[in-house]
Amino acid sequence: MRAYLFVFATLLLLTGLTVTAAFIHLGAMNDVVAMTIAVTKALLVLVYFMHLRHSPGLTRLSVVVGVFWLVVLISLTMSDVATRGLLGVPGK
Amino acid sequence: MSRSHDTADHVAHQFEDAGQQFVASTFGTWLFLVTEIMFFGGLFTAYVMYRARYPEAFAHGSHHLDITLGALNTGVLIFSSFTMVTAVHSAQVGKIRRIFSALLATISLGTVFLVIKSFEYHHKLVEGLVPGPLFTYAAPDARHQELFMSAYFAMTGLHALHMIIGIGVLTWLAVQAWRGRYGAAYYTPIECAGLYWHFVDIVWIFLFPLLYLLGRS
Repeated sequence: MRAYLFVFATLLLLTGLTVTAAFIHLGAMNDVVAMTIAVTKALLVLVYFMHLRHSPGLTRLSVVVGVFWLVVLISLTMSDVATRGLLGVPGK
Repeated sequence: MSRSHDTADHVAHQFEDAGQQFVASTFGTWLFLVTEIMFFGGLFTAYVMYRARYPEAFAHGSHHLDITLGALNTGVLIFSSFTMVTAVHSAQVGKIRRIFSALLATISLGTVFLVIKSFEYHHKLVEGLVPGPLFTYAAPDARHQELFMSAYFAMTGLHALHMIIGIGVLTWLAVQAWRGRYGAAYYTPIECAGLYWHFVDIVWIFLFPLLYLLGRS
């Protein structure tokens, strides 16, 4: 129960941190900072609240697979969008 | 009906014992959540794509959102995740009464989130920021800001729908908990509903910075 309270407090702290960081001008680094904090918060929820640290390997594997396909979805889509303008062909 | 391995009435006949049932149920829930990742993933991809195409309009768009209410709602959801895990923990240690009160607290906090969200939605309606025929906001890049607002309503709307479904499930569980159905020997439905609830929390953990915070500095 003490671990849950600690995670709860850390999540609130990180929320305050990400709001504060959003108003500091860092250019493209603002995105990186915001996403790093969000991923940290998500990991805390996954590992502690969703009990991944006590879960069987099969469960952990299913989470990894889910995130893997999400990365494929976003990165393949963006690789297309980002490079389409490079080719001087009609219909791009 | 005779059962060779476990005679407890909460173990369905296809399972060897309560432990196997628990692992199978949570694994099944996780597989469902993987499909949910891809369900929300399509919207996240659309957001990333259009933000890359219209970065200024998306930065302007984020200024329409109320950071105070967004941050408050983030805190409310995190609090509700804490009360949710308290319900599971209470079952594990056999504190039967506290399961019910923790579930009730989670339902209440989820409702508070939706009430705050509805105030935000109403505010957007008044300001003419709801995409479609109601969009009356005027700016040089209004069309692209409308795209941002479309992403906002699609993503937070789908998220809110998940919250409503979650509150429905938790209400059912609270009734069962009130009847003393759960305890240290059996709390699988609470654990599975908890996984779903925490997942919805994680979605918001990403939605809040993406929609409210980026483009503010």
